[in-house]
Amino acid sequence: MSSRERVLGRVRRALADVPRDDTPYERAVARDYLGEHGERTVEQTVDLLAENLADYRAIVHRTDAGGLAGVVAGLLRERGSSSVLVPPGLDEGWLAATGVTRVADRAESTPHELDRVDSVITACAVAIAETGTLVLDGSPDQGRRRITLVPDHHICVVRVPDQVVSSVPQALERLDPARPLTWISGPSATSDIELDRVEGVHGPRTLEVVLVG
Amino acid sequence: MSGTFVGMPAFPEAAREAVHDQTLRGNLRHATHTIRAKRRTAVAEVSDWAELREAGKRIKDHTLRHLDRYLVQLEESVTAAGGTVHWAADAGEANRIVTRLVKETGESEVVKVKSMATQEIGLNEALEEEGIRAYETDLAELIVQLGKDRPSHILVPAIHRNRGEIREIFAREMSEWGRPAPEGLTDTPAELAEAARLHLREKFLRAKVGVSGANFMVAETGTLVVVESEGNGRMCLTLPETLISVVGIEKIVPTWRDLEVFLQTLPRSSTAERMNPYTSTWTGTTDEDGPRNFHLVLLDNGRTDTLADEVGRQALRCIRCSACLNVCPVYERAGGHAYGSVYPGPIGAILSPQLRGTASEIDASLPYASSLCGACYEVCPVAIDIPEVLVHLRERVVQGGQVTREGNKVVLRPAKGHAAERAAMRAARWAFTRPGALRTGQRLASRTRRFHPRTLPGPGRAWTGTRDLPPVPAEPFRDWWHRTHGGKDETK
Repeated sequence: MSSRERVLGRVRRALADVPRDDTPYERAVARDYLGEHGERTVEQTVDLLAENLADYRAIVHRTDAGGLAGVVAGLLRERGSSSVLVPPGLDEGWLAATGVTRVADRAESTPHELDRVDSVITACAVAIAETGTLVLDGSPDQGRRRITLVPDHHICVVRVPDQVVSSVPQALERLDPARPLTWISGPSATSDIELDRVEGVHGPRTLEVVLVG
Repeated sequence: MSGTFVGMPAFPEAAREAVHDQTLRGNLRHATHTIRAKRRTAVAEVSDWAELREAGKRIKDHTLRHLDRYLVQLEESVTAAGGTVHWAADAGEANRIVTRLVKETGESEVVKVKSMATQEIGLNEALEEEGIRAYETDLAELIVQLGKDRPSHILVPAIHRNRGEIREIFAREMSEWGRPAPEGLTDTPAELAEAARLHLREKFLRAKVGVSGANFMVAETGTLVVVESEGNGRMCLTLPETLISVVGIEKIVPTWRDLEVFLQTLPRSSTAERMNPYTSTWTGTTDEDGPRNFHLVLLDNGRTDTLADEVGRQALRCIRCSACLNVCPVYERAGGHAYGSVYPGPIGAILSPQLRGTASEIDASLPYASSLCGACYEVCPVAIDIPEVLVHLRERVVQGGQVTREGNKVVLRPAKGHAAERAAMRAARWAFTRPGALRTGQRLASRTRRFHPRTLPGPGRAWTGTRDLPPVPAEPFRDWWHRTHGGKDETK
């Protein structure tokens, strides 16, 4: 007997006492919880996103489409970055005002090569206001998962209000599970020393979020 | 379970040592009290906590009830997405599978994301025997590994260490494993985190094989979810060419939508955050992004035996948040090591004796490692009635009876060492079924009360070692009731 059959057989025997129940799953679990917490206008939702991002030590900037290139150039300059990782589908206009070296997100790059790049700039798939979370789904303007992981400085551009949802349930509805997702809530952190939160371990230690709208 | 826990003394002995360790007591008190207050705030932020908790409970119960169906569905969807599924009935089999998979890559080292399942099966030790070095990359796991220590908490395995001790371990041990700790390392948490970052980075960048567990597996889509803080998880899940995930079969949820419940309750319950810094989800393999080979090892190792117990099976709802540890008065004083398992605290006291059986001294003693105060049940985000299961397991230990071990029904013999308790219960049953004898006995007890000892002799000594014997009243209740006409003539 294979282990597969053995484990499945054990499961079936273990459940022998349970009466048969063919209720379809949609009706088997009552979902009395809320779709979102509180009532907010679109603007208030964007404000809440900014507030919660900042609460977990992300640095939040707000601008409009016309000001974006200037803001991005300023962030790279202040950081002293000489190179920036760029996903293939990123809007070229975002980097129009900076001269730093662009490094393409390529399959062949080794992790060591990525480690030598100063910053990375990406878009996102969706942002969650209630939790201060950015979700990246590997679309062409976000690139491979590793590019937002190895460099120490991540600039993430969020189009507001279109990309902003209130809650976790609303975010999951918008996301495609077949894509590899990375949910980011503030810079890398740990609670492992005396259960106290400290920012900055393995992921980017500086997360800058530019809300564009 | 991990070899390092074999031969552990029973809980009371192990705890006795721990409660006299002042540093340990201080470290635990500080950490658990910090997180307790934060968790309360994080939970109070969501007005529908009770509903989320109820939904989480029902999702898990439904999944367990149809576990065979969802396991098969998960296998299909993971396979369709490019992954390979393996089944392991026990720890030994899981270790053999992982060892073989690592050897097939030709590598002799792996980087690991913190995972309870791989600790439970003692994977690191098994790999070591085969000449494969496993590097723990979670900060707390790193502290435990470098300190040749054992984990003492589900979420923060090094909770028993304070910053000064961590500094010591880093300064002394890091050079043995790779990049040494920076010169002049101080004990500020930020510097310690920086030291870990530098030490592990070279390992991440060269790693070809990653080993992980998972917090959730979605049956309908084949998606796995890892919830973490530091980014070490993302490193292990995306940089290596091969990813091997060892996951307990109870970690399944039926649908993608179900994550909306647990991604709200888990971070708030465990680290008391609205959301943890990083959550990764992946479905099989993705072209040119992340590992090219993905293996999922589905682990039983006592879970189906637990499932067979009508009362005890609710322990399989656990999402390993560790909120129950942080509120437990026993855990706070005894520390995690006394539980003799990678699963300490209240959840460990009901999980370990079910996963491993109650044959060993430590496992038979765990259901008693509780005052039954119920704080664990109150904070549990999937509403596991831990006190109920504790009492159920106590009954099993004392009375024996039918249980399932490795898929087979066996009859447990009543535990030894409860002879005095059983004799006392038999005597009580005899007296309570004979009103005349009971009355005589009670009167006799009242009249002789001046001569009663404060502690019991012989086998009763253990019981009165930590308690006073209740004083016998001057008059039995029934005599008082009779004399005062049910309390109406109280002044008499």
